[in-house]
Amino acid sequence: MEAFFSSLVSILFHGLAFGAILYVISVGLSVTMGLMGFVNLAHGVFAMAGGYLMISAMQKLGLAWLPALLLACAAVALASMLLERLLYARLYGAGELEQVLFTIGLIFVAVALARLAYGTGPQSAPLPDYMKGQTELFGRTFPSYRVVVIASSAVLIAVLWIGLERTRWGAMVRAAVDNRAMAQSIGIDTGRLFTYTFALGSGLAALGGALGADLLAMTPTYPFEHLVYFLIVVAIGGLGTLRGPFVGALLIGIGDTACKYWMPQFGAFFVYAATMALLLWRPQGLLGRAH
Amino acid sequence: MAAAQAFALETRRLCMSFGALTVAENIDFRLAAGARHALIGPNGAGKTTFINMLTGRLAPSSGAVLLGGADITALAQSARVKRGLGRTFQINTLFRELSVLDNVALGVAERLGVAGRFWRAASAYREVRDEALALLGSLGLAADAGQRVLDLPYGKQRLVEIAIALGLKPSVLLLDEPAAGVPSLESARILEVLDRLPAEIAILIIEHDMELVFRFARRITVLVQGQVLCEGTPAEISADRRVREVYLGEGHG
Amino acid sequence: MFGDSGAAIGYGGSARLRPLEVLPWVLAAVVFFFAPNYLPLGAYILIMILFALSLELILGYGGIVTLGHAAYFGFGAYVAGILAVRVSGDPLLGLAAAALAAGLLGLATGAVILRTHALALLMLTLAITSIVFEIASQWTSVTGGSDGMHSVPILPILGSFKFDMFGKTAYLYCLLVLFLCWWLVRTIVHSPFGMALAGTRENDVRMHAIGAPVYRRQLIAYTISAALAGVAGALLTHTTQFVGLSVLTFELSGEVLVMLVLGGIRRIYGAFVGPVVFLVARDYLAKQSPEYWTLGIGLLLIFIVMFARGGILGLMDSLRRRLVRKVS
Repeated sequence: MEAFFSSLVSILFHGLAFGAILYVISVGLSVTMGLMGFVNLAHGVFAMAGGYLMISAMQKLGLAWLPALLLACAAVALASMLLERLLYARLYGAGELEQVLFTIGLIFVAVALARLAYGTGPQSAPLPDYMKGQTELFGRTFPSYRVVVIASSAVLIAVLWIGLERTRWGAMVRAAVDNRAMAQSIGIDTGRLFTYTFALGSGLAALGGALGADLLAMTPTYPFEHLVYFLIVVAIGGLGTLRGPFVGALLIGIGDTACKYWMPQFGAFFVYAATMALLLWRPQGLLGRAH
Repeated sequence: MAAAQAFALETRRLCMSFGALTVAENIDFRLAAGARHALIGPNGAGKTTFINMLTGRLAPSSGAVLLGGADITALAQSARVKRGLGRTFQINTLFRELSVLDNVALGVAERLGVAGRFWRAASAYREVRDEALALLGSLGLAADAGQRVLDLPYGKQRLVEIAIALGLKPSVLLLDEPAAGVPSLESARILEVLDRLPAEIAILIIEHDMELVFRFARRITVLVQGQVLCEGTPAEISADRRVREVYLGEGHG
Repeated sequence: MFGDSGAAIGYGGSARLRPLEVLPWVLAAVVFFFAPNYLPLGAYILIMILFALSLELILGYGGIVTLGHAAYFGFGAYVAGILAVRVSGDPLLGLAAAALAAGLLGLATGAVILRTHALALLMLTLAITSIVFEIASQWTSVTGGSDGMHSVPILPILGSFKFDMFGKTAYLYCLLVLFLCWWLVRTIVHSPFGMALAGTRENDVRMHAIGAPVYRRQLIAYTISAALAGVAGALLTHTTQFVGLSVLTFELSGEVLVMLVLGGIRRIYGAFVGPVVFLVARDYLAKQSPEYWTLGIGLLLIFIVMFARGGILGLMDSLRRRLVRKVS
């Protein structure tokens, strides 16, 4: 019994860390998909870029972990704004197929560039000393790194939620997600709103990728490997909300960890099966809006 | 008794609410066979919602819809179409990359029951093609039959919109703002077509263009905020003070 | 209707075989007689053409955006492999079994996912592929897991045509199967059913408004498409005597999508042109540097979406239209 409880705590903890990373990466996807109605399969590219750029900043520029991470996020956010203005914006009215094709093309390009720049093997970001080793909490020891992941994600999430609820930007995003045409007619510059929101979402993805580089390894095929999970988190949570992917990420994070621990021979089978069942019951996601 | 007195289309106490918002309240509506009936009302009055309830795209909160005396409230869209209820859309809802001929032929093929066949080529079904061509001819679109519908000017697209509905040989036809967005040069054509629609079809037209309404309709229903304000002949409606208030503002002489 | 190398589909067109339509088969014969070293690649191209054709039916004509078609391809491949190992290596039996199995899987999954749209549908197609992948990967005793199944024993076709090591039998086998399947797809596309499918793609709302049983038609098309993909998968197993997890990846779904888009979506012959161009180019270019190949494909895809939505055949069509205008 003691052992079961112990493993349960362990699963919850690791599941929470995994879920936190999933959330930080996927929340941007949920908001931009809900806001722009754009199927951005390439979202994982920004997460990957964040991780790789952080590694480069640490290796080439000699920066410490935290500055490197912040630099990487800023760089990705800026680059994504450029991408959005130049390419994404042209496809907002286009059909779903065009958007899917474009983003797959983007993934191919990113994967190729990553292979060329970093080789095919996984890269790791050396963690600062205070994150290695164990921390004691509530009479148990946990890997410090994951504690930091959970704690910083929690802070980030709080800031994000308050920001969306309390700021004018947040109100505009919510209005535009709700009804784009209406938002435009009351004078909201949806073009600029999209660009900034896209940058924020991509920056967050980069943050999640860099922060979680030890959980989701940095390999060139990162966007392909984890695409399904990001999409699942968004789809089961519901598009266009902050809370939706939060629920989704927690469920997937903890669920996946639990399944892989208790039933390793089934792999991710139950996660996919549960996703299918849920989407069939509620295609709009748990917290999404029915069409 | 029932068959002789059944209306082509009828609603009884039709209601629709989205949560606390009521968009249709106790609408009693009757469309006689061969009618030329217009539904007017300010924006947001609930006209399109009403049409969607008639066609089955929207399920009412309560009330009944009857087609030719039979209750169709529970029937799906396609079932209502098979019983003779046709409609056009306010915004062109066409098969854009297909030819004008194919646009109409699709509906004709459905009606004739051949649309699900996959062994012979579509072009082998001469009866479908000939009927579609004849229909297009009657609307003056025969020359455009081979064109992609999205290459046509907007006014002609609007006509194709009507043609598709006519291809279903409906007994009741709901026209949702047939002249909407059409430049005045081309709208004359549409008016002509409306005038020449077969007399046995019962037609309900939603329109904002009052000139068209008064020229075309023999009876008018005024819908305001989800309720029927009044109903009558064009003369009665234009003389009605309440209608003038709603449309033209108070104090208009 | 337009395009499709000029073949006029639709109620106003003609289903008669146009002279240009013989070209692919002539080319296939030329390759057989004059390029015997390329027959293994040729067989693979033919298989991919069939796979692309199956996707064309559901995506190009049906308008259903799916990233999970590899599920049916892979399922067919594994069914053929498992059947050959455990029951009989007769290829025709394998084809029939793969078509049936993949078709049933398509029917079951299609019934469920076609009730959804857009993102949910896309997600579900990914989830289905992932589930089939996981099953194949974990059920090691049956599928060989990540090692796959090697040296699958395939018997001679009809007892007499052995699979030789030059790939001649394999090539002709694939060619014949492709020919039959192509004939089926072509018939469907020209038929009223095919037109209705195109109508559903063009305007789903209007299809409902003319009384069409949209869901039922889409499901039928999806089932046929899955069965054809399964046949293609079985062909791969038969000709290479190997089945591995690579037949069930998202990458494969993406690749066949690229091939189809490259050739020209919504055109039967796009499914021919695309794989040929893609695979021949890959054979030459990717050997040097696979990363640059992936980069090039990504850029090409972006380019196509931005500027050349109709793919190669679409470009040829607009070129032809411009020439015609110059002449007249």
